[in-house]
Amino acid sequence: MSSPKLDPVRPHPLPSTVVKDDESVLVAAAKSGDISAFETLVGRYERKIFRLAQNITQNREDAEDAMQESFLKAYEHLGEFQGNSRFYTWLVRIAVNQALMKLRRRRPNVVSLDQELDTGEDMMPREVEDWGPSPEERYGQTELSGILGKVIGELDPPFRIVFQLRDIEELSTEETAEALGLSVPAVKSRLLRARLKLREKLNQYFRRGENS
Amino acid sequence: MKCKAIINELADYLDEALDPTLRASIEQHLGNCKDCRVVVDTCQKTIQIFCNSEPAPLPEDTRERLHEALLRRLRLRKSPDGQRA
Repeated sequence: MSSPKLDPVRPHPLPSTVVKDDESVLVAAAKSGDISAFETLVGRYERKIFRLAQNITQNREDAEDAMQESFLKAYEHLGEFQGNSRFYTWLVRIAVNQALMKLRRRRPNVVSLDQELDTGEDMMPREVEDWGPSPEERYGQTELSGILGKVIGELDPPFRIVFQLRDIEELSTEETAEALGLSVPAVKSRLLRARLKLREKLNQYFRRGENS
Repeated sequence: MKCKAIINELADYLDEALDPTLRASIEQHLGNCKDCRVVVDTCQKTIQIFCNSEPAPLPEDTRERLHEALLRRLRLRKSPDGQRA
């Protein structure tokens, strides 16, 4: 078996590849008032939208509210969805707005997303340790989900939200910038910081010899 | 290239958004610098782990509340194309 080292990160499965062929049919049916078609779309994405809201708000009640409001808003505005993007991308943008409103309400002092951030500090990694065998094999799915939820929750919101959109929801850099009202360089800079921070945080769980 | 320059270009390198010349320079550096290789490798794994992670099942009570709220409100609203649902 070949070493996974330096395998290109992309391509990996994008939401577009998991979109079922019937999605445009379901969207069209929902647009004409077929509630069950819309419910099928809800069932398809509810887990991902809840995780997105949970990761942004870091609050279970807010995440649930944001998810509900996102799907309701999506239904109400479905007539405006022109199909120029993936339905899921469109839904994610709605959910991000809902979750951000909750976050700002609960934490009004949180750094504004479009505020310039100092990302100029030395980003050189302090811990350089190789990881052992596949972390997915070392931890059960529930335990791994817990670890990922914990470490992403430790990031400051401006970094965690960019990472969420770019690397978990797999929006493009441009889509992420547009969704958050940021410039493309700002997205890139925050993404780099977020990836390095998360890598460092995951070191404690995945480094060679740790729990292996 | 120096290690610091590699880190600065890391996001674009991982996203395969660099021009071929710069990419080749980085790969040449990676071939000779174990520390940078480990950082790139573990950064890639970080992205892959998050990207591949399945969201946890929705708690049953959360799902029930979602679907009740949707049904309750959607039945009262006009459909998105203007007809009553």
